[in-house]
Amino acid sequence: MSATSARPSHAAQPSGGAFILKKALISALVALVLFSLMIGVRTEAGPQGGLIYWTRFGDLAAMVATVFGGSIVVELLRQWWGPVDKDSIVPKPVQSAISFAGRWLAPALLVFTFLVPVIFYDQRYILDLSILVLTYVMLGWGLNVVVGLAGLLDLGYVAFYAVGAYSYALLATNFGLSFWVCLPLAGILAAFWGVLLGFPVLRLRGDYLAIVTLAFGEIIRLVIINWQSLTGGPNGVSGIPRPTMFGIPLTPGDDGLAAKLGIEFSPTHRLVFLFYLILAMALLTNWVTIRLRRLPIGRAWEALREDEVACRALGINTTTTKLTAFATGAMFGGLAGAFFATRQGFISPESFTFQESALVLAIVVLGGMGSQLGVALAALAMIGGFELFRGLDQYRMLVFGIAMVLLMIWRPRGLIGHRAPTVFLERNQAISSDLVKEGHG
Amino acid sequence: MDYFAQQLINGLVLGSIYGLIAIGYTMVYGIVGMINFAHGDIFMIGGFIALISFLVLVSLGLTAIPLILLIVLLVSMAITALYGWTIERIAYRPLRHSFRLAPMLSAIGMSFVLTNFSQVSQGARVKPVPPIITGGYTLHEGAQGFAVQLSNVQIMVVLATIVVLALFTWLVSRTRLGRDMRACEQDQTMAALLGVDVDRTISMTFVIGAALAAVAGMMYLLYYGLVDFFMGFVAGIKAFTAAVLGGIGSLPGAMLGGLAIGLIETFWSAYFSVEYKDVAAFSILIVVLIFMPTGLLGRPEVEKV
Repeated sequence: MSATSARPSHAAQPSGGAFILKKALISALVALVLFSLMIGVRTEAGPQGGLIYWTRFGDLAAMVATVFGGSIVVELLRQWWGPVDKDSIVPKPVQSAISFAGRWLAPALLVFTFLVPVIFYDQRYILDLSILVLTYVMLGWGLNVVVGLAGLLDLGYVAFYAVGAYSYALLATNFGLSFWVCLPLAGILAAFWGVLLGFPVLRLRGDYLAIVTLAFGEIIRLVIINWQSLTGGPNGVSGIPRPTMFGIPLTPGDDGLAAKLGIEFSPTHRLVFLFYLILAMALLTNWVTIRLRRLPIGRAWEALREDEVACRALGINTTTTKLTAFATGAMFGGLAGAFFATRQGFISPESFTFQESALVLAIVVLGGMGSQLGVALAALAMIGGFELFRGLDQYRMLVFGIAMVLLMIWRPRGLIGHRAPTVFLERNQAISSDLVKEGHG
Repeated sequence: MDYFAQQLINGLVLGSIYGLIAIGYTMVYGIVGMINFAHGDIFMIGGFIALISFLVLVSLGLTAIPLILLIVLLVSMAITALYGWTIERIAYRPLRHSFRLAPMLSAIGMSFVLTNFSQVSQGARVKPVPPIITGGYTLHEGAQGFAVQLSNVQIMVVLATIVVLALFTWLVSRTRLGRDMRACEQDQTMAALLGVDVDRTISMTFVIGAALAAVAGMMYLLYYGLVDFFMGFVAGIKAFTAAVLGGIGSLPGAMLGGLAIGLIETFWSAYFSVEYKDVAAFSILIVVLIFMPTGLLGRPEVEKV
């Protein structure tokens, strides 16, 4: 690659074989020091309790060689591709292509989703996976209300998921209430907790808000772990009843749905039912969000995200605006939690760690802050991609972390960095998300 | 009273460790304006490198404990500092001018990478070490056989914290690098115009923060006698809480917040319940922030219109 092919603004960047080699050598040297002790030496508690260690210089050499080779490949790719395009204003053809794709991709995806149980009826694994993906789509859309629309950075979203799950689990196991009674209750309880969290953070901004929500999430998890008499502590709650189809259980018994319809019982029926249930709940979340965005409250959220001071100057009540955003987002989290509890039949605090919050936040940001389609695609990419590495077992989270870093570097503005405006003058134009502020609330 | 004094000592020692980690958060926040979520894991890596280098040195036949500890300290500071540098180069520098949530998420991703890297490379089990520094003093022989103890490890942790803090304060207030760091904190563009190498200064901030975390990691290893791959998350959140409690961006605030969190945790465990010590620490954080929205020593935010 010659320097002439580089763009003018980056023409100063050196290139050529010697440069690449030098860079790769430095990377390899850094890798050698970094990994020298962590990979080169393996420690383990010995039989007498003391620590023993053995060396793994072969692995170390392999890692350093990988870094050396990888560095050359990355550098070559970078020079071949040229610098990453930083243009913030979207060019016209791209804009129209995106709006075209946006118009057709979403309905096509929706139709396909509706048909998933038909196409993959026999593949239990795919049904399970799509239920999981849809759960995260719903969580992403719920958090999108708080982060994407209102610009309030919430690092403890999983707390509401936990509240919903435990509400349903405890109400159902202790009082024998049915899923359909508990579902709204779980949503209301989670919304209540959202308001409760909202009050102390009303005066906080940016990162102070982030740490308080994070702390709140941890508090809920720690209370669940330690309040053994109510929640069962680390053992969790088991024996959570399965959902019924409006009172008709999906069991092989005489009063089950299969017997009533006169067809042969199959456990897949329940999966298909769960699939359509979560699909309906996710679509409800989406529909409510889209409707709310057109209402004064939704516009107040977006105004709050852009500029809180201007918002107050315009006479928008920031207190109610923030509280409704937290409550709405939390409610959807709670509903998703109730679904999670009924799907699993067993919940424990392990399902509600910070890692989950980070995953949902990653889905929202990767989806492109406020883009509903983007969030759905990001959930598919993240959860589906995560599943691809199931065989790798202990390397899975490592790969996931690397993927998260790379995705952020590759698309800091998310997969779909454009969205349709809620209101527009004369002509509907895609808004680049570069123009959208975030998380200053 | 004796019991109280003992808890005070324990709390101050724990608080020093938190304070050392919290300074790393606060420094990075002050200059780059981002929460370095991977910082807790850098602390964990520091602990691991201290452990491994200690094992290797002992098996090489070194017997002088002070010499070993000095070498371990230098090695773990150097290697961990390189971790800080590399992480900044790979995950944060490309996102320097990006919107605010992107570097935060890449930091969270980096934290997952470090946690799982050490799990994969060193195993998931807790690594215990026998006490390296033993002995101590009995400060006060109380009634019912309860004595206020001050162990040598505790003295060492506090002394190391004081020395490191003194060095660090000197670095920030008296050296060229410290001046550059303060300039970048005020205004990066202006600093760059006046000839400050902003990239280098930010790299050095990460390097110094990581080195401080390595000191904390080593102190943790000496004090508790164990490391494991997950300790970075818990300690990181506590130290981050400490930094925010003290007012993120303020260096004395970080130390003050660290001591406060250490004391709250220790006293809560001693007088109430151990299980809810973290809940207590987080609840007090929330309460403090309600009344002082920018922390104890934080500067009030100016609203630009």
